[in-house]
Amino acid sequence: MAVVEPFAGSRPMEANRFSPYSDNGGTVVAIAGEDFSVIGSDTRLTVGYAINTREQSKLFRLSDKTVLGSCGCWCDVLTLTRVLTARLQMYNHEHQKVMSTPAVAQLLSTMLYYKRFFPYYVSNILAGLDAEGKGAVYHYDPVGHYERNHYYAGGASSALLQPFLDNQVGLKNMTNATKEPITRERAVAIIKDAFISAAEREIHTGDAVMISIIDKNGIKEERFSLRKD
Amino acid sequence: MASVLCPEVTPPGFSFENHQRNAFLVKKGFPAPKATKTGTTIVGAVFRDGVVLGADTRATENTIVASKNCQKIHYMAPNMYCCGAGTAADTEFTTAAISSQLELHRLNTGRVVPVVTANMMLRQMLFRYQGHIGAALILGGVDNAGPHLYNIYPHGSSDNLPYCTMGSGSLAAMAVFESRWKPNMSEEEAKVLVRDAVAAGVFNDLASGNNIDVCVLKKGTVDFIRPYQVANEKGQRINTYKYKKGTTVVLNQRVIPIVVEEEVVRKVPGPDSEESMDTS
Amino acid sequence: MSIMEYNGGCVLAMRGKDCVAIASDLRFGVQGMTIATNYEKVFEIGPQLFVGLPGLATDTETVLQRLKLRVNLYELKEGRKMQPAVLTAMIANMLYERRFGPYFVEPIIAGWDTKKQQPFLANMDLIGCITVTDEFALAGTCGEQMYGMSEALWQPDLEPEELFESISQAMMNAFDRDAVSGMGAVVHIIEKDKVTTRRIKTRMD
Repeated sequence: MAVVEPFAGSRPMEANRFSPYSDNGGTVVAIAGEDFSVIGSDTRLTVGYAINTREQSKLFRLSDKTVLGSCGCWCDVLTLTRVLTARLQMYNHEHQKVMSTPAVAQLLSTMLYYKRFFPYYVSNILAGLDAEGKGAVYHYDPVGHYERNHYYAGGASSALLQPFLDNQVGLKNMTNATKEPITRERAVAIIKDAFISAAEREIHTGDAVMISIIDKNGIKEERFSLRKD
Repeated sequence: MASVLCPEVTPPGFSFENHQRNAFLVKKGFPAPKATKTGTTIVGAVFRDGVVLGADTRATENTIVASKNCQKIHYMAPNMYCCGAGTAADTEFTTAAISSQLELHRLNTGRVVPVVTANMMLRQMLFRYQGHIGAALILGGVDNAGPHLYNIYPHGSSDNLPYCTMGSGSLAAMAVFESRWKPNMSEEEAKVLVRDAVAAGVFNDLASGNNIDVCVLKKGTVDFIRPYQVANEKGQRINTYKYKKGTTVVLNQRVIPIVVEEEVVRKVPGPDSEESMDTS
Repeated sequence: MSIMEYNGGCVLAMRGKDCVAIASDLRFGVQGMTIATNYEKVFEIGPQLFVGLPGLATDTETVLQRLKLRVNLYELKEGRKMQPAVLTAMIANMLYERRFGPYFVEPIIAGWDTKKQQPFLANMDLIGCITVTDEFALAGTCGEQMYGMSEALWQPDLEPEELFESISQAMMNAFDRDAVSGMGAVVHIIEKDKVTTRRIKTRMD
């Protein structure tokens, strides 16, 4: 509820400065396997305590081998992905080939750092297949630092989900766990379970999950319902 | 002097012993942490023979759900309940304090306590603390004069209304009331309307959610339905995350058995069997 | 930075089938600097009654001392052991009394209700708003991480040994993603007829 400040009138009036950023929530989770990658995002777009839409996937298909998951300030997400798509198309026309996932990863980093002093307020996770056909997940900070990983959670619920992935995908803190590559079914199940948990406890996460499974045959999409409150 | 045999009697009311330290910490750049907020949709509506109160059951700490099934409809008196929004602890303790005074009042006067009395006591308490007790309340009840519904604000003002909403989901809930509330509704109609109003808050306000509680107060009866509806089922997990024994490495362990050496059961006659306490 | 993060630390408690477990990390620090790695935040109030007091360490200790005084007076006066629900109400009243100058602790109470013969688990915020739960309760600097873990790992009716693994894994993986918690952990498993206390091996960085 709105709290009425006591003696609100006694404070000096301050000009209401325009803030260029807003936080529109959203969570992205990605897991890389031996010959596939899975990336999922919720579909709720929020501002403050209000829901803007329940049907906005935060996954952007950049090629048949690369999907970008992007959330944070939604207007920055839109601009960033639009410019990125244009850059990919220019590359395509110039070189007559589709850009590889590691190259997209580097391009995205460069584009983010280009706005070092007025950054895109965006949390990015890039998932796809690398040049050898192995699963690859890259994650970014808002100004272009990036790192390749096996799994990552970003966005509103990242703090809730990252330790869960550490444990279940990275097999951290498990003494007698056998380190074998994660199967596609298990990766998808873990992403779904992760979002179920996040929707329970994080108010900006909910409504539904869109999951993209990337392998050598292309990209398969899946939708999964979450709680709506 | 205080001792174990004669402990110091703490003075009633709030203690400010930590205030100076905490103010110092604020000055040093450690702002006071935020307490749990209810982040609520609470509603109340008058119908033909009484009052219906409704509430969601989510408590939040910033963007995290702190409690999924908290009770926001508080008991005040046998004929009165009160919904609370705002700082969770404030709604809890304010209603409890006034509830105990109402019971004493009922024992003193020997009649059904009027709802206005509770309203006035709540207002006076909240006004005394100048809005620092962050409790926004909807008080509903039925007394000898009929059904009553009061909206009470944290600063101590109040409205007497036929239908009202409070909390962060109040606008969503009020939209439902404004379009569908009418005088002299039946109990079933009123219950459905209250459910729909709370549901509007549950689904459209992020700080409200989980279950919907409803409390129907009529002359002489109270029907507290908790939960009235589970607005959202928890998603069904695909895997089960049980670990094999020995997954966690134990450095050392100590087991203390609890042994009951002797048990003596002495039956004490209940309060009804002996002569009852003189409360005149 | 919030004063609740000044010393770091976290407490997690979970309910199982006829048992309840409560765990705390062992780090004591001042902001980024670790000072001790044997600082428990869960305390034994009775044979089957534990309270976790994560938050500002000075208040952890002050609240514990004041609490022990009140519990002792209660038990002397009443001639019986305190039930977990009574302790919860006592702490809540103590904290709400300081509504306008609070202690910076968020207590978690785990115990065995010897009257109803069932486990009891409750937590509250720093001004004493009680939440009694059948699932899990937590507080501390890695609260979000523990919520994520517990929400996925917890399920109803876990046996004591299963509960131990779940609570340990939930807490360990949570505080590994928090800079100011961790450095070892201790887990208490409270059952009808025994209390098991275990030190577990964790990352020490």
